Amino acid sequence: MTVGVAVRGLPERAPSVRRGRFYLWLRRRSTIAVMMCFPLLAIITCLVAYPFAYSIYLSMLNKAETAFVGFGNFLFLFKRETFWLVVQQSILFALVAVIFKALIGLIAAHAVNTIPSKGQRKWRGMMMVPWVIPPALSTLGWWWLFEPTYSAFNWLLAEFAVPAVPWLSDVFWARFSVILVNVWVGAPFFLIMYLASLKSIPEDLYEAASIDGASAWQKLFHVTLPMMRNIIAITVLFSIIVTFANFDIVRVLTQGGPRNSTHLFATYAFRVGIESGDIPLGAAVSLFMFPALAILSFVILRNVRQRTVNI
Amino acid sequence: MANVSLTNLHKSFDRTEAVCGINLEIADNEFVVLVGPSGCGKSTTLRMIAGLEEITEGDIRIGGGLVNDVPPKDRNIAMVFQNYALYPHMTVFQNMSFGLRLRKYPKDEIQRLVGDAAEVLGITELLQRRPKQLSGGQRQRVAMGRAIVRNPQVFLFDEPLSNLDAKLRGQMRIEIKRVHQHLKTTTVYVTHDQVEAMTLADRVVVMNNGLIEQVGTPSELYHQPKTHFVAGFIGSPAMNFLNCKLFKDSGSLAVSVGDILKLQMPADRNTRYEPYLGRDLVLGIRPEHVHEKRAGNEVQTEVKVNFIEPLGMETMVYFTVNGVELCGRVSPEADPRPGQTAVLSFDAGKSHLIDPETNQVL
Amino acid sequence: MTNVTRNNGALSALLGSKSNIHVNRRWALFASYACLIVFVIFFLCPPFYMLVTSLKTNAEIANLATNPWLIEQGVTTEHYSHLLTETAFLTYFKNTVIVAFFVVAITMVVSVLAAYALSRLGFWGSGVMATGVFLVYLVPDSLLFIPLFNIVGGLGLLNSYWVLVLVYPTLTVPFCTWIMIGYFASIPKELDEAALIDGANHMQMLLKVFIPVALPGLIAATIFAFTVSWASFLYPLAYIYSDNQMVLTVGTVTTLIKGDVFHWGGLMAGALLAAAPPVILYAFLMDYYIAGLTSGATKG
Repeated sequence: MTVGVAVRGLPERAPSVRRGRFYLWLRRRSTIAVMMCFPLLAIITCLVAYPFAYSIYLSMLNKAETAFVGFGNFLFLFKRETFWLVVQQSILFALVAVIFKALIGLIAAHAVNTIPSKGQRKWRGMMMVPWVIPPALSTLGWWWLFEPTYSAFNWLLAEFAVPAVPWLSDVFWARFSVILVNVWVGAPFFLIMYLASLKSIPEDLYEAASIDGASAWQKLFHVTLPMMRNIIAITVLFSIIVTFANFDIVRVLTQGGPRNSTHLFATYAFRVGIESGDIPLGAAVSLFMFPALAILSFVILRNVRQRTVNI
Repeated sequence: MANVSLTNLHKSFDRTEAVCGINLEIADNEFVVLVGPSGCGKSTTLRMIAGLEEITEGDIRIGGGLVNDVPPKDRNIAMVFQNYALYPHMTVFQNMSFGLRLRKYPKDEIQRLVGDAAEVLGITELLQRRPKQLSGGQRQRVAMGRAIVRNPQVFLFDEPLSNLDAKLRGQMRIEIKRVHQHLKTTTVYVTHDQVEAMTLADRVVVMNNGLIEQVGTPSELYHQPKTHFVAGFIGSPAMNFLNCKLFKDSGSLAVSVGDILKLQMPADRNTRYEPYLGRDLVLGIRPEHVHEKRAGNEVQTEVKVNFIEPLGMETMVYFTVNGVELCGRVSPEADPRPGQTAVLSFDAGKSHLIDPETNQVL
Repeated sequence: MTNVTRNNGALSALLGSKSNIHVNRRWALFASYACLIVFVIFFLCPPFYMLVTSLKTNAEIANLATNPWLIEQGVTTEHYSHLLTETAFLTYFKNTVIVAFFVVAITMVVSVLAAYALSRLGFWGSGVMATGVFLVYLVPDSLLFIPLFNIVGGLGLLNSYWVLVLVYPTLTVPFCTWIMIGYFASIPKELDEAALIDGANHMQMLLKVFIPVALPGLIAATIFAFTVSWASFLYPLAYIYSDNQMVLTVGTVTTLIKGDVFHWGGLMAGALLAAAPPVILYAFLMDYYIAGLTSGATKG
């Protein structure tokens, strides 16, 4: 590439030096590059960076947004039992859901990779369906499955003479249900990521391992998992962020209940900020997600960089 | 058609200098090959001629005009890349005509030019295919077709054959030569393969460490290398090098390698070599000048054969002299055997003496 | 090989098969299919149940004595026809299509331009910017919806679907830019050099070489932008409350539930119809969809 693009035919084209300079500046590579990046920069600055800074300012106002209260909103939250319930549930929700998503994804990816390749597309296609349906809508279906009177799950349980489960009205079962739905929505993503990663492991590594006398389990632990380590890390971290910040499922399924036991940061912020109209307090709740997100993002970035370097 | 002239050409990437001052005149219609090991600056030089790299210092003139700041598209050059760089989403016809279409040539003109170029290269029946559907050799032809269709002043080839297998490489070499004889366009060709360089070039430019080592016809480079590097780089198997001492032996000059080997130097080199009497020098001798005993007064030495490479019409023998493994070329009838001794002749008249301090051939 | 033989010697003796490798393979296949069947049942049971419900009469839905998983008293499409004729569903649909169209268009223009500049016109700060794009992609919508509520309120866009056209790009552009950077970076540099010598300027290079060559990436990014703008729930829930401005996700979830009596059949029909466009798109472009999904981590 050359920067000399601008110079072509300059003497003929530029009667005055000033116009020539401008013309030259306009055609410089870095000028063009900045112009091409401008819309992106504008979106990020106006709709991400500015709202974030504004959010910090907002979280330090009183409910009517008329007075500056410093860390008042944060201190208020610390004293609320509900807030600590939200912290606890968010962490529990993210960790348990991600562990099960990762496990199911890994097993399913392995299973798909084992069967003859001409059937793989079909199976993979069927298992991707939960990922494709907008979560707010598929959660409606789950809601209906959990419905106290008509629950189709309880009907099945009754067939086996198991007593009905209070899916959404008992604290434990409500937490179980939101995690179950989240696993259902998110596991296909892991499946796809792991399958892509499995397929990228060269076959001759397995052949070499076979010749070295490795059993199927040894191949899994000494070839497959080490080769997938980086992608597993990226996927898990990424999913923790998405799960931690989840809104749709809890909002549709339980609205945070029973007794605020299933609230996540997002749904609680929505309840406080939009529904109860205390925007600054809602902003403060949202901001509590930030440290966790920042740390996770940093680790993901490091992993992605490593991956790029390794390849 | 045009000549190309490079004057004191420099190129630095960050702090490392890739090309450190090159002066080269390429005549109109000439086929010049830049050859050298990887990292010697040959590709960078070519890319500077193309306008793909900025020049750090120096001048490039094409057809007399200074082109330092002229963008590639206005230099009237065409380039063939190592990986062909064919546009994968275009047919062969579209690939070849892309440059013409961008320059807004009329449609029938494009048809004619592409048709002619395709005919020269024998790819007329491929015009509607896509690069994916072509073999390596066909892609190479299309890449050349894209170059010749614009009838540029200069052709630039950047290692165009190194992705092809050996057999195809031989065919394409002939093809390139044929096209050049047909079109007579000035050509600069970069390769690391000395066989390509020797077979294609009118003149070969041997580069090393960002500098030109020697410019010459293939036979000049082979028979009269000017530097240690050129002597070792050109020719396969490579020239043998031995540390030696120059001394006076009954009126004429001779070199000795340890106590094992003494070679009389031809009398016509006396004046050239005289100043180096008593110095430690390097003797260079090509494998084909170390052969089985033949008629004539060459020096014969008995050596122990380490191993052999029978190639059919000749056999390469490897043996050790003074701690250095050497290679000789004998006729298969001599039938050397590994582990046995053989009597070999050294053709002193074809040898070279190199000053190890300046690396120049004396 | 000896290990494998020893481990499975007993098994192969039991099965009396000719080859250990063969037996191993059979077991692996059997286990795999068993897993897959279990997973597919798990993954497909909610949509299946939604479909079954949406095709049942209200009487059958309310009847606790029947098997909820089956349609025993006849198939009906009354829920669908009711949805399309008596409710605002078609308005939601139209609004969603408009929003998705503009979001996809804005996203593709912005991210393709930026990705080209960031991957090819290396300039001061381009590396930092590419990293920044990736980090912004990791920002979830639930972090900023409250300050954005005030901001769009200040712009007077609250309760209009145009607000979604404004804010959705924050969710789509970073990821699309990121994967386009990956796709563009995988185009060999020689190709743009060839185009440069052929006489292309930056715009011609982008339009005539980069976009056609990176078309799979472009399709993947388009699908992503479409899916996000179709499925997003939080922003419309927070910013839109009028029926005539509502989009499908929120409209189906909130307004089709009237009072305490849930019309489950209609609700399921609405959810399925609302989910149909992304599912159909997925059915036809599965490979692009998956490429887009995986390339976030594997490219760039």
